[in-house]
Amino acid sequence: MSLTGFEVEIQREVDGGLSTEDMTLSMGPQHPSTHGVLRFVVRADGEVMKEAIPDIGYLHRSIEKIAEKVGWHGFMPYTDRVDYVAAMFCNQGWAMAGERLAGIEVPKRSEYCRVIAAEFNRIQSHLLSVGSMAMDIGAYTPFTHALREREYINDLIEELCGARLTFNYMRIGGVAWDIPPGWREKALAYVERFEPLIDEYNALISYNKIYTERLGNVAVITAQEAIEYNLVGPNLRGSGVRYDVRRDEPYSVYPELDFDIPVGTGEMGTVGDCFDRYIVRMREMKESCKILRQCLQGLPPGPVIAKVARNFKPPAGDCYVRVESARGDMGWYVVSDGTAFPHRCKIRTGSFAAMSIIQKVSRNLMIADLIAVIASFDLVAPEIDR
Amino acid sequence: MAASDPAAIHAALRSHFGDAVGDLAGTRPDNTGTTVAPSAIVDVCRFLKTETGLAFDCLSNLSGVDYPKRNVIEVVYHLYSYRYRHLFVLKVDVPRDNPAVPSVAGVWHAAEWQEREVFDLLGVTFEGHPDLRRILMPEDWPGHPLRKDFVEPEEYHGISTSRESLLKT
Repeated sequence: MSLTGFEVEIQREVDGGLSTEDMTLSMGPQHPSTHGVLRFVVRADGEVMKEAIPDIGYLHRSIEKIAEKVGWHGFMPYTDRVDYVAAMFCNQGWAMAGERLAGIEVPKRSEYCRVIAAEFNRIQSHLLSVGSMAMDIGAYTPFTHALREREYINDLIEELCGARLTFNYMRIGGVAWDIPPGWREKALAYVERFEPLIDEYNALISYNKIYTERLGNVAVITAQEAIEYNLVGPNLRGSGVRYDVRRDEPYSVYPELDFDIPVGTGEMGTVGDCFDRYIVRMREMKESCKILRQCLQGLPPGPVIAKVARNFKPPAGDCYVRVESARGDMGWYVVSDGTAFPHRCKIRTGSFAAMSIIQKVSRNLMIADLIAVIASFDLVAPEIDR
Repeated sequence: MAASDPAAIHAALRSHFGDAVGDLAGTRPDNTGTTVAPSAIVDVCRFLKTETGLAFDCLSNLSGVDYPKRNVIEVVYHLYSYRYRHLFVLKVDVPRDNPAVPSVAGVWHAAEWQEREVFDLLGVTFEGHPDLRRILMPEDWPGHPLRKDFVEPEEYHGISTSRESLLKT
């Protein structure tokens, strides 16, 4: 939040009688394709960008400071607001941090409930991502298809926890509510219905010639660069790194489940381009369906929440919890000083890292490609700013 | 060979950096690490990144924690190795009245923005950082919000930061 100007920087290059000027453009904060309140200061020579400098902070709500003021249980609804497109994972990160500090054993059934809710949320988030990506590129219809499917998941999750966006479903020690009667069958029926639709979606847009031309070979990020900039989740896997917290640093019941980790293969250009990041999300939805089917069918009986004191005071100490959110490895560094209030809660998110690499990858791209790049990173502004 | 055992990582650090590295501390893999003297942090990080068998290719998290009682701000580095799948924590204590740490942005690019965030919210200066500006708060914001003694100003450019309770009758 410091690039104050919208100054036109004039740099005359007289070359063979033709003079060109660099333009400094302010893109955002309210640009329709910036996925929330983001701003870029673009230095462009005609249609070609010399660089796009991200300017963040418009949605900073000091959530980390709020954590220090509201107590362990009280912070749960605030975690929803960290990333409101994929709030389940924020719930889960916070719940796991409390559990790890206090050494709470979570009942098996509630771990299953968490995974079911989280994987539904992953599909929900990816649908919004791929749908809005198609819209940003200029294809409106796929967006409506994606939102239609997302709406059914919203309904399912609403039945589960009463909310469609900011769920507040999990608690330190388990989940707030058990699965309602008849919900399991409905959810299974939805998974059966949804899975073939991924192929329909692929036929509709993913391999469309115009679409692949717009995404292939654009903003290529090598595996080494991705790691260097701490890219996570689908953005990292798009660069060909087969890494998923769910499998490589397993938590919850993921070790018992069978699923694959799709990575970018460069099928429409080079490994690590926009298309790879996009198609990884499409394939992850299929894997989520696989996980959901296993969890819904193997749901064990039992309680859904462990006994946790209302006045929760975990022993002093710190922990670093990592959750595979829809936007990748989300890190929660939580410090307890043994009181009823957390001493510090730092949330390290995937969009923050993705935003920081944009200045580098935007060099020599067309301005229109910046839109594709933003969409391919699946940036969610509140998650960057917290 | 991968030295995924924290004790082995710590021993390697000790043999190279001696007293600049503190004792091994931690109860679980996710919080096991050591303290490092501020002056040695860049060399320690570079060593951990480049040494074969350690290969901490990723700075997973960089954060600051304010401890007014000890009168220090602790800068915490969570390093991760994608190669060997191991995690190690480094902690650097700096005095609250003049917190300054050498920047590790030259070691990992990921540090660049994360250090800006710690600078913005806790007021730690990272020496040698290529572009140390506020990142989340406005440039003219007074103080650093995540300090424990931070007092919220009553207004910002004429905009009040408090409001009367809606429940008042």
